Amino acid sequence: MLLLTCPYCGVAAEETELAAGGEAHLKRFGPGSGDEAFEGYLFLRKNVRGVHFERWRHAMGCGKWFLAARDTITLEVFGTYPAQTTEPPKALVAAIGKKRPGWEGPK
Amino acid sequence: MSEAISALQGAAFEGYVRVSEAGLRGMISLRGDLSAAKVKAAVKKVTGLAIPDQRQIVFAGEKGLGWMSPDELLVLVPYDDAGATVEALQVALAGVHHLTRDVSDARAIFRVEGDRAREVLAKLSPTDLHPDRFREGELRRTRLAQVPAAFWIEDGGITVVAFRSVAQYVFDLLKTSAEPGGEVNLW
Repeated sequence: MLLLTCPYCGVAAEETELAAGGEAHLKRFGPGSGDEAFEGYLFLRKNVRGVHFERWRHAMGCGKWFLAARDTITLEVFGTYPAQTTEPPKALVAAIGKKRPGWEGPK
Repeated sequence: MSEAISALQGAAFEGYVRVSEAGLRGMISLRGDLSAAKVKAAVKKVTGLAIPDQRQIVFAGEKGLGWMSPDELLVLVPYDDAGATVEALQVALAGVHHLTRDVSDARAIFRVEGDRAREVLAKLSPTDLHPDRFREGELRRTRLAQVPAAFWIEDGGITVVAFRSVAQYVFDLLKTSAEPGGEVNLW
């Protein structure tokens, strides 16, 4: 069972209160971009074994989208943060780096 | 104008706690920047209440104000005052980016009353309802089985709010949960 703390309402929300939104920090390739870039944006997702950044929505709560960093193997949650950002907070990345020395960082 | 009736017209069930549909209550959804001085002043002027902190709900007489999300408030008023309150809010918030809607008829309200009211809800939602964790003054938005709902402690019982379209479902859930023989006696 996954417990993610919603950064908006502060509730340690249980998985069944949340809706998963897939990979976080996608860069959009719209009209004018190449076919390959567009295909990548639309369909190709990382399938990470280890540290992963995800979008979640507190669907059965305050209704807000937020982002979370967790480990897909151990289900350890490193932290959650508001969705109004294009990259993970530096403090969070540093904290994950400490816990997972071999980790190559986001992206 | 047709006569307004509540979803289940006051249906009630006497289990090991009492579950009842609470009838009509005015509810207004107010969205806007809750940290803005103009919004704070307008809400105070119309309801007489200050905007509550995160996840809190405050009352003064028949009026109430609940924190729903960082940009949403639930304004509780007597059913017949809802329309006038929306107008008053819109006047007070003129020129400020906001949205107010009378959602009274989109909702159903239930009361769960009795010593073990907490455990009736704890069986249905992933919320920690331990008396030390869920206290009076907190408004919790969560789910009851498969549908979204919100509840808070009020007048010695728990008030539950859900969408009107699922009123029968929520009532049946609470009823089943309150069935005699289903006592947990945890707290």
